[in-house]
Amino acid sequence: MYEFAYHRPNSVRKAASLTASGEAKLLAGGQTLLPTMKQRLAAPDALVDLAGIEVLQGIELKGRTLHIGAMTRHADVASNATVREALPALASLAGGIGDPHVRAMGTLGGSIANNDPAADYPAACLGLGATIVTNKRRIAADDFFTGMFETALEDGEIITKVLFPLPRRAAYAKFDNPASRYALVGVFVSKRGRDIRVAVTGAGPCVFRVPAMEEALGRRFSPKSLEDISVDAGDLNSDIHASAEYRAHLVGVMARRAVLAT
Amino acid sequence: MSKTGIGAPVRRLEDHRFITGAGNYTDDVNIAGQAYAAFARSEHAHASVRKVDASKAMKVAGVVAVFTGADLEKDAIGPLPAGWMIHSKDGSPMNAPGHPCLVQGKARYVGDPIAVVIGETQAAARAGAEALEIDYDVHEAVTDMMKTASSPIQLHDGAPKNTCYEWELGDKAATAAAFKQAKHVTKLQIINNRLVPNAMEPRSAVGDYDSGTGVSTVYTTSQNPHVARLVMSAFLNVAPEHKLRVIAPDVGGGFGSKIYVYPEEVVCTWAAKKVGRAVKWTAERTESFITDAHGRDHVTTAELATDERGKILALRVHTTANLGAYPSLFATCVPTYLYATLLSGQYDIPAIYAEVDAVYTNTVPVDAYRGAGRPEATFVVERLVEVCARELGIDPATFRKRNFVKKFPHQTPVIMMYDAGDYAASLNKACDIIDYKGFGKRKREAARRGKLRGIGFSTYIEACGIAPSAAVGSLGAGVGLWESAEVRVNPTGNVEILTGSHSHGQGHETTFAQLVSERLGIGIDQVSIVHGDTDKVQFGMGTYGSRSGAVGMTAISKALDKVEAKAKKIASHLLEAAEADIEFKDGAFSVSGTDKKVTFPEVALNAYVAHKFPSSEIEPGLKEGAFHDPANFTFPAGCHICEIEIDPETGVSEVVNWVAVDDFGIVINPMIVEGQVHGGIAQGVGQALLERAVYDDSGQLVTASYMDYCMPRADNLPSFKVDTTVTPCPSNPLGIKGCGEAGAIAAPPAVINAITDALGHENISMPATPQAVWQAVRKGMAKAAE
Repeated sequence: MYEFAYHRPNSVRKAASLTASGEAKLLAGGQTLLPTMKQRLAAPDALVDLAGIEVLQGIELKGRTLHIGAMTRHADVASNATVREALPALASLAGGIGDPHVRAMGTLGGSIANNDPAADYPAACLGLGATIVTNKRRIAADDFFTGMFETALEDGEIITKVLFPLPRRAAYAKFDNPASRYALVGVFVSKRGRDIRVAVTGAGPCVFRVPAMEEALGRRFSPKSLEDISVDAGDLNSDIHASAEYRAHLVGVMARRAVLAT
Repeated sequence: MSKTGIGAPVRRLEDHRFITGAGNYTDDVNIAGQAYAAFARSEHAHASVRKVDASKAMKVAGVVAVFTGADLEKDAIGPLPAGWMIHSKDGSPMNAPGHPCLVQGKARYVGDPIAVVIGETQAAARAGAEALEIDYDVHEAVTDMMKTASSPIQLHDGAPKNTCYEWELGDKAATAAAFKQAKHVTKLQIINNRLVPNAMEPRSAVGDYDSGTGVSTVYTTSQNPHVARLVMSAFLNVAPEHKLRVIAPDVGGGFGSKIYVYPEEVVCTWAAKKVGRAVKWTAERTESFITDAHGRDHVTTAELATDERGKILALRVHTTANLGAYPSLFATCVPTYLYATLLSGQYDIPAIYAEVDAVYTNTVPVDAYRGAGRPEATFVVERLVEVCARELGIDPATFRKRNFVKKFPHQTPVIMMYDAGDYAASLNKACDIIDYKGFGKRKREAARRGKLRGIGFSTYIEACGIAPSAAVGSLGAGVGLWESAEVRVNPTGNVEILTGSHSHGQGHETTFAQLVSERLGIGIDQVSIVHGDTDKVQFGMGTYGSRSGAVGMTAISKALDKVEAKAKKIASHLLEAAEADIEFKDGAFSVSGTDKKVTFPEVALNAYVAHKFPSSEIEPGLKEGAFHDPANFTFPAGCHICEIEIDPETGVSEVVNWVAVDDFGIVINPMIVEGQVHGGIAQGVGQALLERAVYDDSGQLVTASYMDYCMPRADNLPSFKVDTTVTPCPSNPLGIKGCGEAGAIAAPPAVINAITDALGHENISMPATPQAVWQAVRKGMAKAAE
C-alpha cells in the first residue's frame, strides 16, 4: 500500500468537498478498494471515509418503500427484521454476498457505486426498479448502471440511500463462482403489479434485464414460461470459470429457479 | 492403554498456543536493527535480463542496498541444485540445470527473482523494487508440457528438447507380451491437474549474521531445517555448516512446499552479512502463488490388460511430467521413484512397464505436494481398475477383490516389496459402513429429486517413510533417509526429546510425548519435544512423506530402549538386586517377586547425583541418542468410497457421502489421525472438483489469487465416516505406517469414479468443475440420443 491521507468527515457536504480535489477516493466498506490498494494497483492520494456520516446509515420502511442508507453493511441488511419481513429476497441476497468478513464491512452504496459486473446488489436494484438517491439527485436503477464498473455517478456525487419499492413477489437465484463466490450468474426476479423484472448479474459486462423473459412472465408468472427463452451467449462473459455458452444456459436455469422461489 | 499413552485420543498440546495467537512463526521473529527484503521478480515467463538499473531505486528514501545475480556470482553463491539423480533409459544422466537464487542471464518463469532490494522498512524495500529499471529481451514462452519437447523455444542450454530425462521402469517386453495375450484392454488418457500448495502460513525468512562469531542464522519456514543447512552450506556456499544455524520455529503448514530451499532464504542469509544487519522477508499471498513449488501436473496414457475372467495381466503407462522451469530439490524423484513404483496399487499385476518423460516449461517449478507421486499413481490405477470393471460388466468391488494382493510379503514388478496388509478387510468394512447394497435405492431416490447419484471406490496403497538409505542412494538420492533422536532425562525426571522430525501441523508435540509417556510411565506434561533448530538437534531429515511416525518415532523408541537399559542398571544398584531381576512397569522399577521399587524420577535423580552406583562401571547422567534407518518403506492402504449427486441442470457435484477405512498400522493418537484423514480428503476433493493452476500461453499464472484459484471449503465437504483396520507394520517396532497423505492420495479417484458412475460415461477430467460436468452431462445426453 502506498501512503495516502485519511479523512473521516461527519457530513455528506464535507465528504463531497474533500473529494473535489486531487485523486481522492470515497471509502465505504472498502472490500474492493482496500485489497486493490494493498496490491498497489490503486494509489489514491486521499481516502474519504464515509463511516462517520450518520445520515448514510439506517433502514426504514416508509409506506411501500424500503429506504436503506448507503453505508448500511450487508450483514445488517441480511439480519434486519424489517427487511426480512418486507423484502426477504433482498435480505437473503445480502446474506449471500462474499463471506462473513465481507458482509461485516461491505456496504450497499459501495457495492453499487463500484458496479462490479459480478456483484449481487446491482441485480437487486435493477430487478426491483430501485431509485438511487445521491447528494445531488435521484437516479432510476435503469439509468444508473451504465457499463462495466461504470455508473451514472458524476464527480463529487455521493450515494446517500437506495429506495426499494416493495414487490408482491421477488427472489434472487445465484450461481456462485466456486472460487470467489461472486455471482457467476445471478438472476433477480420481481413482480409488482404489471411491472415484472428479470435482472441478470455476473453473466455480462454489466447487470442487464431480459425483456423476453419479462414479457413471458407477464403472460404467465411461472418457471414454465421461461423454458424456451434463451439469452444470446454472444453478449456474455467468458473466462476460465465459465464460457459464455455455459453462462447463457445458467441464466435460464437461475431465472426459472428464481421464479419458482418467489 | 493409559490415558496419555499409545492409542489415547489426547488433545493436542500445541493447539493452545496456536489458537490463542501465542505461536512463534518466522514472521514473528524480529531482530534489533533488522532491514527488509523485497524481490523484484520477472514479469515475463521467458526473458533475458540485459540490465538492472538500480540508480533510481537507490534514491528511494529508506533503500539500503540492491543486489542482483551478478553479486551472488561474485560471492560464488551457487544455484539451487536438484537433489535426486535420475538416469534416462539410454543410460544418460538427467539434464538438471541449477536455479540461480537471483536471475543470471535468463528469467524462466513469471516470479523468477531478478534482484533484491533491502530497505529500512518493508514499504521502502517495495518502493525500491518498483523503482528498479529492468531491461528485458523478451522471448517466446512455452507453458504446455505436451508441446515443450518439440518446441523451437529452448529454456536451458543444457537441456535439449526441454527434457530433463526420459526414464523407464519395469519389464517392457514382458508387459508387451502380456498385452498380446489379453482378452480385454482398457485405455485412458489421464490429466493430473497442477495444484498450488497454499499453506496457511506464507513462506518467510529472517537472515542474521554475527560478525563476532562469524555465525549466520536463518529463521525460515522449513519442513527440514537440517537439510536446508546442508544444502545452503555444501551446495550454495552461504556459510560453512558449523557456522550456519537454521531455525524453523512454528511453521503453519507445508504440504511439501516447505521441504525445498528457495532463493529467498538464501538471499536473506547472504544479504544479512553484506549489509551488516538482519534481513527479513515474508511472502504475500500472490507471491506464494507464483513462487512456491506447485504440485502434480502429469499427462498420462494408461492401459490395463485383463484376461476373460477379469484377472489383471499387465499395466502400461506413459507419463509426461511437467517440472516447471527448473528442477526443484526433490522434483526429479517425484514422477519416478515415488510414482511408478506404486503403479501396482493393491493388485497382483504380473507385468508393469512405465515410461516417464520429465520436461521443462516456463512455469513455476513443480515438486512434491501432499502425496508426492502416490496420488498420481493411485489416480491412474484406480481409474483404470474402475473403468475396466465397468467395461467388463463386473461389480467394481468384486473386480478389485479378485485382483487384490492376498499373500505377504509381495514383490511387485516395480521395486516395492509390500510387507503386510489386508485389502479385502478394508474394502468389506467400507462397503458395510456405506451400505453398498443399498446404493441402488439411494440412486433411485436421488433420481426422483432430479439428481444423478454415483458411487466411486478408491482402494489405494501408498509408501511412507522412504527408505532404507542405501536403497534410495542406489536409486539416485543425494541424501540418506534415516532419522535421529536424543532423549535427555533431567535430574527431576522430566524428559526432553530432541528429534530431527519437524512438526508443521502434524501434532508431534503430542504424539511423540505419548510414546514417551507410554514407555516411561510419566505424564505427557513431563515431556518436551525439541525440534526445528540445528543448534539444538544435531541432525535430522525432517518431515515429509508421512515419515515422522514410522521413522522419527522409531528413532525415539530406540533411544528410549537405551535409556531404559541404563536406568535399569542404576535401579539394580538402588534396589540392591541383580539387574536380571529388575522389572520396569508403569513408571517404576521393581525387583520381581517383591514390593521393592523405585520410580523413574528417583532413578533419574540418582543417575545425576551418582552416589549409589560405581561410576567406573556406569557413567553418570541419563541421556541417549539413536539413529534409525528403516529396513523398508511402510505401506498404508485402505478403501475410500464416495457418493456424489450431480445437478444435471447446472453441473454442480455435491459430495453427499464419504467412508474412509484406512490401515495405518498401529495408531498413536486416533483423534490426530482422524484429523489428518479429514484434511487429506479435503485436499483430494479440492483437486478432484475445485483446484487447478492455469497458465495462459504467455506464461502468466491466471489463477494467482483466491478469486480464481478455488480452495476447498467446509461447505464443499460432507461429514466423513472414518474408520480403520489394523495390520501392524513389520518393519518398525511400533507397527506404525503413517497417515499424513493417505486422504489426499485416496480421494481424487473416488470422486471421479463417482462422477463417471453418475454420468454413465468416462468423459471427465479433474477438476470436475460445474461447467465441465454440465458439458459431460450434455455429451451423455447426446450419446443417449444417438
